[in-house]
Amino acid sequence: MVKLECIIRPEKLDAVKDALAKTGNPGMTVSEIKGCGLQRGWKEVYRGVESSINLLPKVKIEVVVKDESVDQVIQHICQAARTGEVGDGKIFIYPVANSVRIRTGETGESAIY
Amino acid sequence: MKKRLIWAGCLLPLLWLASSGMAWAADAAPKIDSGDTAFVLIGAALVLLMTPGLAFFYGGMVRRKNVLSTIMHSFIIMCLVSVQWVVFGYSLAFGPDKLHLIGSLSWLGLSGVGFAPNPNYGPTIPQLAFMAFQLMFAIITAALISGSFAERFRFPAFLIFTLLWTTIVYDPLAHWVWGYGGWLNRLGVLDFAGGTVVHISSGVSGLVTALVLGKRRGHGKEPMLPHNIPFVVLGAGLLWFGWFGFNAGSALAANGLAANAFVVTNTAAAAAALAWVFTEWIHNGKPTMLGAASGCVAGLVAITPASGFVNPVCSIIIGLVAGIICYLAVSIMKARLGYDDALDTFGVHGIGGTWGALATGLFATTAINASGRNGLFFGNPGQLGVQLIGIVASWVFAAAVTFIILKVVGLITPLRASEEEELAGLDLTMHSERAYDFIS
Repeated sequence: MVKLECIIRPEKLDAVKDALAKTGNPGMTVSEIKGCGLQRGWKEVYRGVESSINLLPKVKIEVVVKDESVDQVIQHICQAARTGEVGDGKIFIYPVANSVRIRTGETGESAIY
Repeated sequence: MKKRLIWAGCLLPLLWLASSGMAWAADAAPKIDSGDTAFVLIGAALVLLMTPGLAFFYGGMVRRKNVLSTIMHSFIIMCLVSVQWVVFGYSLAFGPDKLHLIGSLSWLGLSGVGFAPNPNYGPTIPQLAFMAFQLMFAIITAALISGSFAERFRFPAFLIFTLLWTTIVYDPLAHWVWGYGGWLNRLGVLDFAGGTVVHISSGVSGLVTALVLGKRRGHGKEPMLPHNIPFVVLGAGLLWFGWFGFNAGSALAANGLAANAFVVTNTAAAAAALAWVFTEWIHNGKPTMLGAASGCVAGLVAITPASGFVNPVCSIIIGLVAGIICYLAVSIMKARLGYDDALDTFGVHGIGGTWGALATGLFATTAINASGRNGLFFGNPGQLGVQLIGIVASWVFAAAVTFIILKVVGLITPLRASEEEELAGLDLTMHSERAYDFIS
């Protein structure tokens, strides 16, 4: 099992959700986050005083997938989230030791979905 | 024939009653007018609504960790000043004159302030209605200052400060300008609804408070952005609405003067919002919602002293100038001088109020208000000098007494929140609550 932590553009959330569903991964955790990277921020002006904003709003999707489907899922996410401009985001990949379905107590891959 | 006689028999006593009644009215107490009374009472309610409006106006501009403490400043002032005013505040401000400086305490607990009109304070309304109307002014004036010390004033110090300030700054100043026998009143200073009493006093006191307290920690190094601009706009809308009670109500009668004040108030607010937005558009490249909301308030401030003396065309000029100079004050002057007037009480009310008081000396005309005076542009340059005396007196008095009050309060209890309190936010550390729950 592998956990994918995908930082994407907020406006790409629906596209990535649909793409994940197509790969047979309907479950995910989504958070609204802020972050900075290569993408430059912008200026905001309040009562004539400028502030530069470089922490930009992003969406983080966490999804746990079976080992054999990792490559396919990553490919689909990239396809759905890509615009080709700086700021499309990142995917980080972590090994998962185990998982437990709280309702039934099932463990391992069968507890993912 | 018989019927006619009966009619005549009924009419004659009536006529006699009516004529004797008129004779009585001419030389005895003035008569209450129900229209005027209704108008002033509704005006008082409108002015009250400005303070919760101000709470949203200010609450939206602070960071989310301080929104409740900021709103609470205004709300607690409604409660505190309401009690103070009834017990002794009204008597200090409007009670029988002492040395042209202060009202006596003979109206303590509103004794003698009742259903009958006072010929000096709205001859056609119960004095109680005048008292209630003036109370709302005392409330909002104290609340305006809270924009300067937002996000760092300890609550106990704030409470003591407010009680002292409204008692020894607001009440005497209201007496000087509006009290029968007050020295600025006798001098002929024109201040229809509070350019000096309300806006200069709160703006200048705000600046002094900001200077004495010092800057918020991290000011100038980290961004301190408004957390909810829709709140600011809601507040500005409520202020604009309530300001009709403030200015038109100050006619103390439902008459043409009130209608004129209504029209010039709306016009100046609109012109100032446009001026602020276009100035920032030229200066910064974008017109902003916060700018439009701030601009309308700047215009409302500036027209306040003039609203009973100027015509609608002059109110456009007053508004346009207010929008431009208040914008420059908050965007350029504040940064150059480096003080942390957090929500620009001084930039908007101090500067806008000073401009309004001066503008009254420029544009006032007796064609609008026969019991007023002409200004510079209507053949009476002397009025500008009189206005200047009113302005300087209000600035000096408000600044000096506010400074002394803060020093005295500082001896009783610390003024300033500690570093940890300020970092965690005053909502949590002063009030043990949060505006926005994290989850559920």
